[in-house]
Amino acid sequence: MSEPLVIIGNGMAAARLVDELSKRALGRYAIAVIGEEPRLAYNRVLLSSVLAGEAEMAEIELRPASWWRDRGVTLLYGAKARAIDLATKRVSMTNGDSIGFSKLVLATGSRALRLPLPGAQLQGVHVFRDGADVDALKRLAAQRKKIIVIGGGLLGLEAAYGLAKSGAEVTLAHVTDRLMERQLDKDAAELLKLLIESKRIEVLLEARTTGIIGDERVSAIELADGRQLAADGVVFAAGIAPNMELARDAGVSAQRGIVVDDHMETNIDDIYALGECAQHRGVCYGLVEPAYEQARVLAARLCGESDIYQGSIVSTNLKVSGVNVFSAGDFMGNDGAETISWRDFGLGLYKKLVIDEGRLTGAVLVGDTSAALWCLELICSRVDVTQWRDALIFGRALCERKAA
Amino acid sequence: MQRVDPRSASVATICPYCGVGCGVLATPDGCGGAAVAGDPDHPANHGRLCSKGSALHETLSLDGRLLHPMLRAGETLRRTTWDEALDHVAQGFARIIDTHGPQAVAFYLSGQLLTEDYYAANKLIKGFIGSPNVDTNSRLCMASTVAGHKRALGADVVPGCYEDLDCADLIVLVGSNAAWCHPILFQRMLRNKQERGAKIVVIDPRRTATAEEADLFLPIAPGGDVALFCGLLVHLVANGATCDDYITRHTEGFTQALDAAREIAPTIAATAAVAGLREVDVAAFFDLFVATAKTVTAFSQGVNQSAQGTDKVDAIVHCHLATGRIGAPGAAPFSLTGQPNAMGGREVGGLANQLAAHMGFSSAEVDRVRRFWNAPRIATHEGFKAVQMFEAIARGEIKALWVMGTNPAVSLPQADDARAALAKLDFFVVSDNVLSNDTISAGAHVLLPAQAWGEKSGTVTNSERRISRQRAFLPSPGEAQPDWRIVSDVATRMGFGDAFHFQSAADVFREHAALSAFENDGARSFDIGGLATLSDEAYDALHPTLWPIRAGETNGRERFFGEGGYFTANGKARFTAPEPPSLKAATTAAFPFRLNTGRIRDQWHTMTRTGKSPRLARHSPCPFVEIHPADAAPLGLIDGDFARVSTRHGECILAVAITDRQKRGQLFAPIHWSDETASFARVGALVAAITDPHSGQPAAKATPARIDAVAFKSRGFLLSRAPLRPPIAALGAKVAIAGGHALLFASDSALPLWLDYAASLGDGGDTAEYQDAARGIYRAARFREQRVDFCLFVGREDAQSAFDTAAALFEKEQLSTEQRKALLSGRSPDGAAEDGPIVCACFGVGAAAIDAAIANGARSVAAIGETLRAGTNCGSCIPELKRAIAAARACCEE
Repeated sequence: MSEPLVIIGNGMAAARLVDELSKRALGRYAIAVIGEEPRLAYNRVLLSSVLAGEAEMAEIELRPASWWRDRGVTLLYGAKARAIDLATKRVSMTNGDSIGFSKLVLATGSRALRLPLPGAQLQGVHVFRDGADVDALKRLAAQRKKIIVIGGGLLGLEAAYGLAKSGAEVTLAHVTDRLMERQLDKDAAELLKLLIESKRIEVLLEARTTGIIGDERVSAIELADGRQLAADGVVFAAGIAPNMELARDAGVSAQRGIVVDDHMETNIDDIYALGECAQHRGVCYGLVEPAYEQARVLAARLCGESDIYQGSIVSTNLKVSGVNVFSAGDFMGNDGAETISWRDFGLGLYKKLVIDEGRLTGAVLVGDTSAALWCLELICSRVDVTQWRDALIFGRALCERKAA
Repeated sequence: MQRVDPRSASVATICPYCGVGCGVLATPDGCGGAAVAGDPDHPANHGRLCSKGSALHETLSLDGRLLHPMLRAGETLRRTTWDEALDHVAQGFARIIDTHGPQAVAFYLSGQLLTEDYYAANKLIKGFIGSPNVDTNSRLCMASTVAGHKRALGADVVPGCYEDLDCADLIVLVGSNAAWCHPILFQRMLRNKQERGAKIVVIDPRRTATAEEADLFLPIAPGGDVALFCGLLVHLVANGATCDDYITRHTEGFTQALDAAREIAPTIAATAAVAGLREVDVAAFFDLFVATAKTVTAFSQGVNQSAQGTDKVDAIVHCHLATGRIGAPGAAPFSLTGQPNAMGGREVGGLANQLAAHMGFSSAEVDRVRRFWNAPRIATHEGFKAVQMFEAIARGEIKALWVMGTNPAVSLPQADDARAALAKLDFFVVSDNVLSNDTISAGAHVLLPAQAWGEKSGTVTNSERRISRQRAFLPSPGEAQPDWRIVSDVATRMGFGDAFHFQSAADVFREHAALSAFENDGARSFDIGGLATLSDEAYDALHPTLWPIRAGETNGRERFFGEGGYFTANGKARFTAPEPPSLKAATTAAFPFRLNTGRIRDQWHTMTRTGKSPRLARHSPCPFVEIHPADAAPLGLIDGDFARVSTRHGECILAVAITDRQKRGQLFAPIHWSDETASFARVGALVAAITDPHSGQPAAKATPARIDAVAFKSRGFLLSRAPLRPPIAALGAKVAIAGGHALLFASDSALPLWLDYAASLGDGGDTAEYQDAARGIYRAARFREQRVDFCLFVGREDAQSAFDTAAALFEKEQLSTEQRKALLSGRSPDGAAEDGPIVCACFGVGAAAIDAAIANGARSVAAIGETLRAGTNCGSCIPELKRAIAAARACCEE
């Protein structure tokens, strides 16, 4: 008799967990997945490609329906979990149904933040998080409207690119003095700005939005310096917040996210969390790779194997066609680490490596990110790179030729 | 690439470098350049050229050329007309003569002048100015051979010819790195070895590229040659190997010479001890010599550039006289000359201790030449030889000097003293074809633009007494004139026009030939009377011809002395007892090393010509000093780092090259660099001005010296379309590169200063930078129209391989993205193109390509040649190819 396992959330973390579980112990659990969005799990990372018209929604589905079926998974998509009853071990849903579990996994992800600004609820003000957002934004872009994206992080850049690609006239307003300041140093951000501008996107730095103006519909935004910028649409891309309310309401420990230990288990027995909603060792990750690592550890745990999660080395890949950006690890090179840099803006290229005690600890690559995976391997494996140091930034082929 | 219209005709001329005198076919491209190839019909080289000859087409640009007469105006030189310049020169010399007498005037000539130039200059100063003070840079390279020849043979005659090298069974090379310095002759010797089994013995303190081809190598102590050949003479006698009949009939003084030899080197053991050799090696050499009738002993600067050079030459000649091995096919002592026309200068007599045409200063000879020239004021006694001449300038005795086609401020011993002396001259004229060199910069008052190789026309004589035509194949640029005409014009303005009515080089040559035959009853070996009546057309068409060629003869003479007939008064060769061997300057605790100097494979003299060739620059791009590993270690010297080499006379800062080819206790530094091409690399400044008592030739190979490590914070290179010399580089060496300028440097400036320097160079336009501050590395490049505009590398380590790669990318007209990305990596964009230092300069093949070919199975020089063509032209890289094969083999066996 299979044990009932319920996963709340039908995103990338959930899909990977099911995959990992079925590889390890197909049939051990009777799995049910509750998903709010009315569609099969898809690759959220590629939403920007859909927005840019470079992919269709159907193409970014992670698995076909048959895949889920073959693994005996009950898919409850288009269904929103309302509450968790720890005493009865049941999850109730907004549609009135409820489902019992022996083990529960919270994979509720995060949501895009709407800044608490006057006018933030006007028509034409969007976020960029799910398929519905993409549909709305594509409609706006198709009318060649003027759209302002607020936020120059990864999400904002991808949204701006997608909108521009789909026909909109796009301005990106970013509050600090450089783009992607949490992933890039000054030089990389400077080059990124040049590259983004070459994609017909206007970039405004040190542009703090103080209000959104309009009657019913947005017509402009106002900046802290008093400027008003006309806009037919606004996209908030200024951060995400983990979806942890459902867990917290049930009494599961939550701070910025749902608190889990190295086995991805919450403070409540048989209740686990992973992905963007989880907070591990104080960190909430907003990227897919940590979620996949967590899925592997959690699957092992659920199958009685011992594996622990010790956190992830975070790396960032911007998915803007022709604008390759990668950053990982201690890219700012703090605490006396040594940096190697190579800039050739004429080629649209900037690279920086951070070396600490002979090991690669951080990397920023703009323009040519072909070495991204290798850098990540070096950072994770902590191998001594001294012998390759002088060739390192120029790529793996040179290093290996040198070593030969 | 040599691009040439195949319809244009090629011109047969002669290479302007060493004394081999190879024939060159030059095919002008109509744009100031030309393609060059070996002349298959020239008997010296039969179509082959060495690395330097093959790169002649890269040296033809007019960059840096002196194209107009210039007069000093304060600190600078201003352009003037020929009229004004010639008047100025004529009046300048006249003024000095009027005030101080003709002895206060001197000419300093060059083994690169043509015979006609030499003749006119010698005639003017000795015959008409009346000063004997004319000497030449041949004093630095051949004077001991001249003195030795005259003393033993009665005349300055090379007894054999190149064919002797083809048919000898034993070739002994003494003090000669022929593989690098006379590559084409060396290839002839190697072919003899391969095809006929000739043995090669090399006697040299350094294990040179030549030594690596030897059947027997004797790493002789500096100055040990006299002892070795005295020991050989004793051994020949003891083993009945002498030819007593020849000794009796054709020589004198044998007994005294043998007695002296027995004092110096009575046994093999004694010989080995004095010469610093192993007895077994000495015995092997002696046995070979005893057993081999057809022996050629070829010698060069290791013999000549010695305070005992004349005795060394004659110690060698003695062994050939005693065995009668002279003047027969495959048997001769053979001097290999270093310059294209040192021999022509000797024939003209453009030296202080000769008058003209193999005549000296006896009253009969002076009278004869006076009558021939109609020169009542003719000089009547010997003048100052080169080193003495510059001492006389320093003392103020010589007040006016005309330097033609040479760079004594670099090449003389104690060159800093020589340069300082030049600055004292009241009147200082330089005719040359460069705008600037250390001699000109010493304070020349007048510059006269001379034609260069390819523009001038006349004759040269090579090491085997073969006169060949050097022909023009390019238009004369600017206002350049042939030297003989410049001299004649000055002579005319000084009032000697009647004696200088020359209208052409042929006119000068005919007079020179006529003088050689004038009242020559056969007592003078040099007689080219057979060429004295050549028509202009016949002169132009003159085939390479051996001298003597007397009136009525149609062919020159190949060999001398097979049946005696020496040019002494009694017709007998003269043995002279040598002085006991000793080095004139002792090493001390302060100067514990012996500094040897010499040439490298791909540069020639002070680089005014070879220094323009990018491919020649790659073999050894910067000035260096070689030292044995065991000497280097205790001094903290590191290969590729820098050292200060000092003597009592000067100091240089050179890159350290650690090699066991160098003997312990000895240093070697090449002579080529000057202030024009590098900083602190004037090796001539280190050399003591100690001269041979007979020849006046300075000893350039045994100066006591010290060496100390010098540390620089950083080093690197700069490639630029415009010439740049960053003020924050402490040390620099220019390197030829196509389409721009290259500088290898060392620096004590901190990295941020280099960042500032790079920033100061441009608008910051299309630039790239690489930085690893913790490793002290900074690199920057600027691009313009897809080419590299400048490229700067600064780091702590030797940047040689990065330089080679970056230079190759700099030379490209259009960079691909991959190539541009590779530039700052210092590594080639693709493995195959990463050449490493150029080994085969003829075909531009680098060490990396050769290593790769060996790794792919090419395990012989021939196999490498088939794959890469390396080594198949001049062959001077063959020793290096063999080393690479041996290294690969050793690597496999480990």
